[in-house]
Amino acid sequence: MESRTRLYPLLLKTALIFVLFNLTFIFLNDLPLGKISLYNSLFPGRERFPFGETRASYNLSLFDLDAMFASHVLAGTEKAPDEYRVLLIGDSSVWGTLLTPEQTLAGQLNASASNACGKTIRAYNLGYPTIVLTKDLMMLDQAREYQPDLVIWLTTLEAFPNDKQLTSPVVANNAERVEDLITNYQIPLNASEPALVKPSAWEQTLVSQRRALADLLRLQIYGALWASTGIDQVYPQDYERAQTDLEASDDFHGLASLENALAFEVLDAGMSVVPHMILVNEPMLISSGRNSDIRYNFFYPRWAYDEYRQQLAEHATNRNWRYLDLWDLVPADEFTNSAIHLTPAGEGLLANKILKAIQAECK
Amino acid sequence: MGLIQIGASILIGLLIGALTRERRTLRIYLLLACSVLAVYWFQPALPLRSFDFWLPSLSLALTILTWLVTSPAGAWRLGPNFIGLSIIVGLATLVDLSRYVLPDPVLTATTPPQFFQYCIFLLVVGIILSFFGWSPPRRLWTISAVIILLIVILIILKTPALSLQTSILFRTVANRPIESASFTDLRWLGFSYIAFRLIHVLRDKQTGHLPELSLPEFGTYVVFFPALAAGPIDRAERFTQDLRKDFSLTQDETLLAGQRIFLGLFKKFVIADTLAIIALNDALATQVRTMGWMWIVVYAYAFQIYFDFSGYTDIAIGIARLVGIKLPENFAAPYTRPNLTQFWNSWHMSLTQWFRSYFFNPFNRWMRGLKHIPAWVMIFMGQAATMLLIGLWHGITVNFILWGLWHGIGLFLQNRWSEFIRTRYSNLGQDARLRILLQIGSILITFHFVALGWVFFALSDPSLSWQVFRKLFGM
Repeated sequence: MESRTRLYPLLLKTALIFVLFNLTFIFLNDLPLGKISLYNSLFPGRERFPFGETRASYNLSLFDLDAMFASHVLAGTEKAPDEYRVLLIGDSSVWGTLLTPEQTLAGQLNASASNACGKTIRAYNLGYPTIVLTKDLMMLDQAREYQPDLVIWLTTLEAFPNDKQLTSPVVANNAERVEDLITNYQIPLNASEPALVKPSAWEQTLVSQRRALADLLRLQIYGALWASTGIDQVYPQDYERAQTDLEASDDFHGLASLENALAFEVLDAGMSVVPHMILVNEPMLISSGRNSDIRYNFFYPRWAYDEYRQQLAEHATNRNWRYLDLWDLVPADEFTNSAIHLTPAGEGLLANKILKAIQAECK
Repeated sequence: MGLIQIGASILIGLLIGALTRERRTLRIYLLLACSVLAVYWFQPALPLRSFDFWLPSLSLALTILTWLVTSPAGAWRLGPNFIGLSIIVGLATLVDLSRYVLPDPVLTATTPPQFFQYCIFLLVVGIILSFFGWSPPRRLWTISAVIILLIVILIILKTPALSLQTSILFRTVANRPIESASFTDLRWLGFSYIAFRLIHVLRDKQTGHLPELSLPEFGTYVVFFPALAAGPIDRAERFTQDLRKDFSLTQDETLLAGQRIFLGLFKKFVIADTLAIIALNDALATQVRTMGWMWIVVYAYAFQIYFDFSGYTDIAIGIARLVGIKLPENFAAPYTRPNLTQFWNSWHMSLTQWFRSYFFNPFNRWMRGLKHIPAWVMIFMGQAATMLLIGLWHGITVNFILWGLWHGIGLFLQNRWSEFIRTRYSNLGQDARLRILLQIGSILITFHFVALGWVFFALSDPSLSWQVFRKLFGM
């Protein structure tokens, strides 16, 4: 069969289009492609941010905050006049590792159908499984536009060390946002920190960005599985319980003291984002196993955590913040696979305390 | 086959096509050599040590055995056959020796076995080949014996319980823990296709339809690298005709092949792999909460399996075209067919053609010889038995049996319905609008019948299929 197309011109045109497409894409990189989403239209919004490492979780981790928010139910929910909007910021304990959306702190607050300030409380889970204050600040900064009546920020010592503020992947891969935060909130973090990923022109081409683009598409496709199953993480039948027999080490990030080692400036910035905020020192496992006289749990030696609690309490008092120190609220057997991950019953205990704090906010 | 293997196959196809203009013999030898190497390269890693070397070696040994028992005595001594034998054995030996040269395995997924083990294998295979192949008086029963051998291997590979027991046996012999044995330990790449090509050749030899083939032609036909992993199942005489033709890779041929390859790549890696995320599987069978979504998940599977398989076929046909082989089509818009018979005439056509030639037609001829069997019983038996075997070819499990019976019964009902309509309502097709409506309705009914059949095919357990059916129909 005689073809009208000639091979070599075709190959040349293909190569030219390929190069042009790649070069054009460098200039399109600033477009917020992540805001284009099938969630909250074709598929229901997610109850928590996308996060997951395995295909069985019908979920994936990505660094595009626009896409993460666009897939969240918060982005698709018009604030009703009788809604008292509460945003929950924090790490994996807020996100709800091993918990269904209904079992999380946000889920239990919503299930209580309680009122605050004459309105119905509607809590939104903006937790993300990374323990670092800068990530929380990024989320808070982006969440402002959703008109929260109250933000509850749950945190723990592991989020504070200065040395990890810019190194977690979700922070490092949002260099522009971080630079803006540093400038806008005058945070003493180093914007030229090598950990921050600043892509070269080549790294901004379509070829280099193919993984990020594929992730965006996969997130949309996973929307169908979210809609059809309501599953967004793997719930194993069995898992390894949080460690209670601990190493005989009192090391915490190689520090001898926490003096000037914690990123309180990032905390200050976060607490200034919206007018109504409650800061919570989240519950953690207090072990009674081997070496528990040296360490509270896998994360913390006793000396470091005690010093942190004291500093945080003083800091909050000095700034007149609403602060709840709930570090020992939950008994040891209500933790799951980590010293900060709670069982549904543990979340219930926390939800009761938080609910009272929310209602107290109106008095 | 992954993208790297497809890319390498395209490159090799282009090189062979470009380098062997009008040089038939060189093209055949190069195709044989590349196909032999592909048998090793495409085989994925297996938990059993060196099995990613032994299984491809067995594929080649069975190929030589089949050629020997279907060729005249002493044929191996002829020049081309001897060269072909040298290429196959020489390359297999080189692949094994690569363990002493290359720091990491390149042509096999894991390090090939030690040379002395390979020599023992060669010796054993050599003795078996001599026994089967070089004794003319034994020919008649040797062909049957090889057919039985191939069927027995297929049954072992396709039956999870037997595969597991075989894996346990190998592990015991190799003094390895049997606790981690699994029925997936013997994933023998392309064996279903290789076995069917070999059985076709053996049966044609028995019936006197097989033309004489040289070992290089025969070996290339059986393990032809573009069609190794996912077919199609060509016929030896048709394949050899292409192989014996003078061929020059022209710009037009390259373009046509390129179009087909790109179409295949798009179907497989864009459409099918995307649909695979939401397509029906064991987990989704229990997790999907609503009837509507269950239908979507079933539709996704129906299209995923089509685009996946037809995509691979397009790639195989495209690459084969680069080297002058026009492989048979395997799909012809099957989901647009108005009845199940036409669906099966356009779905995995090379497989259905194989079953028609080597089971359905002989089986029907045999039944016609039996007295006192009503026509409808013969129709039912023929269709149900054929579809049952097609189901079993995919795997000897309850669900594949149910899938085969689903289609067998469907074909029978369609046959009876067509007969009923033809005799009573022969004027139905005279109204053009009614005809179009009937056509659309028939396509939709046929598609849904096939899609519901995939509920058996996609899942591992009848109870899961039942759960899906209940959800689909709101029960």
